Amino acid sequence: MANKGDWVRIHSVILQPGERAAAVPEDTKRVPLEQWTKGYLQADAAFGEQVSVVTRTGRLVTGTLVDDAPHYTHSFGDFVPELQQAGDEAFRLLFGGERR
Amino acid sequence: MTKDNSYSAVLARKPEIIRAAVGVDYSKFESGSIAFDYEGMMASTGYSLEDVIAIQRGYAIGNTPLIELHNITSLVRSLSKTGYGARIFIKDEAANPSGSFKVRRAATSIHHAKRMGYPGALSATSGNYGAAVASCCAKSGLPCIVVQECYDSRGVGQPEIIEKARKCEALGAEVVQLSVGPELFYTVLRMLEDTGYFNASLYTAFGIAGIETLGYELAGQCRTQIGKDPDVVVCTNAGGGNLTGTARGLYKADCFPEIVAASVNLKGLHMASDTQFNKKSFTTGHTGFGMPFSTWPDRSDVPRSAARPLRYMDRYVTVRQGEVFYTTELLARLEGIERGPAGNTSLAAAISIAQELPESAVVVVQETEYTGAGKHGSAQLSFARQNGIRVSLGDPKDEVPGESIVLPAHPSLLRAEEVDLDHMRRSLITHAAETVNQAPTSADIAFLAQETKASEAFVRNTLSETAQK
Repeated sequence: MANKGDWVRIHSVILQPGERAAAVPEDTKRVPLEQWTKGYLQADAAFGEQVSVVTRTGRLVTGTLVDDAPHYTHSFGDFVPELQQAGDEAFRLLFGGERR
Repeated sequence: MTKDNSYSAVLARKPEIIRAAVGVDYSKFESGSIAFDYEGMMASTGYSLEDVIAIQRGYAIGNTPLIELHNITSLVRSLSKTGYGARIFIKDEAANPSGSFKVRRAATSIHHAKRMGYPGALSATSGNYGAAVASCCAKSGLPCIVVQECYDSRGVGQPEIIEKARKCEALGAEVVQLSVGPELFYTVLRMLEDTGYFNASLYTAFGIAGIETLGYELAGQCRTQIGKDPDVVVCTNAGGGNLTGTARGLYKADCFPEIVAASVNLKGLHMASDTQFNKKSFTTGHTGFGMPFSTWPDRSDVPRSAARPLRYMDRYVTVRQGEVFYTTELLARLEGIERGPAGNTSLAAAISIAQELPESAVVVVQETEYTGAGKHGSAQLSFARQNGIRVSLGDPKDEVPGESIVLPAHPSLLRAEEVDLDHMRRSLITHAAETVNQAPTSADIAFLAQETKASEAFVRNTLSETAQK
């Protein structure tokens, strides 16, 4: 459930699989062209409901409510041993020292 | 009356939508045949190089440091035959307000949009250009929309693109994200029509004129800091604007180094494929853009692209994804500078090229870009592993795009591979001839020679070979 005035994320389908451009590869043609936008919710609604939002630039956009107060979770990823080994080896080649 | 917003109806309105959204009548540059007035189009911005420099100063753009990479040069010399191993310099474009050279490209457009009274600006980009437009719009007090291709049909987004969305939002932009597909352009046209915003296209003369300052500045810095002109300038090549603008700026400073294009080799991956979208670990600077945009520039969101890299390219090389991640690590570990990864494509190529040149030669890598969450070697290689890509140390020549990423087990294994530039030139000339029904005119032949940095004889030979086929 999200409340009127909340900053939310909505989803919509722009083109159905049958409407996709002719030049698109087959795997892409089998799926819809989807869109995600953020804005201020215009009326109280539950997730999955059709809603309207007003975006940062003042556009009125409709779609399915998918998130309330959306935030970013991307990161620096996992430890990648190959990167550290490559860096250590280059450092050792240039400045000397022991392999650890 | 309500507008027909079907895909075909909107695309049919493309010419008038684009004309209104960039304020340029492209028809006046056309000859009616293959040739068009490229220099006339470039001059049509009405802004001189000095004007552009002044506009960029207003946005705190430019004057980025030119840094000598002493330690990477030493490593290169340890791999080269005696007396070889050129000095490598890097222009730290990450020092610009938006974190990349792309803000040079945005500044003239946004200055112009503001001056012409557009109510806002829109840009279609999944790259650093979004933050660049957002940065200039923030400074100019203009609303800004950035439209990105970001997710596959599972809703999984490229970490590099998600970070770019975050940065655009941090600088005040509205970000609209789409799943894979070239029909992004359809949504862009609809939004341009609905908002009346300026289309801050990457490919207008405004954009390319903005990059000229990079080349011009670079020439001046080499003369002041090193006391000589660069022998080689390496540019990461995707849509071609970076190389085009830099070369034009160098030439305006009467500086004529060898201009080398460098792209990440993504051979075999289709850029519009839903299932292959997340099999790549680079979303720009790769051959998937570099090859088609070099051999046929007029495939962008404007009728005539101002980015025409074959006009300026002396050499084209590719490097592997693993080599660029490795180079990014070298820059951090040997020089203490954390940048990229994608912007380090040209540095990876430079490490290879410098080994062919004497110690007295100067190789300049003309950009860096900021690093962040998602936009980082560990983030992008972790993501690759999650998508079934094998990551290892070994010989990068064994790397298969979409299946594996191989970082060099030793720096001597980093080797740029040559692209057959004449083959690309012939491709452009052949395609151009196919766009008209009549035989190319003498003006067309002169134009195609300029388009491909080749002789008129080369153009004539290519045309006659094509005609025989």
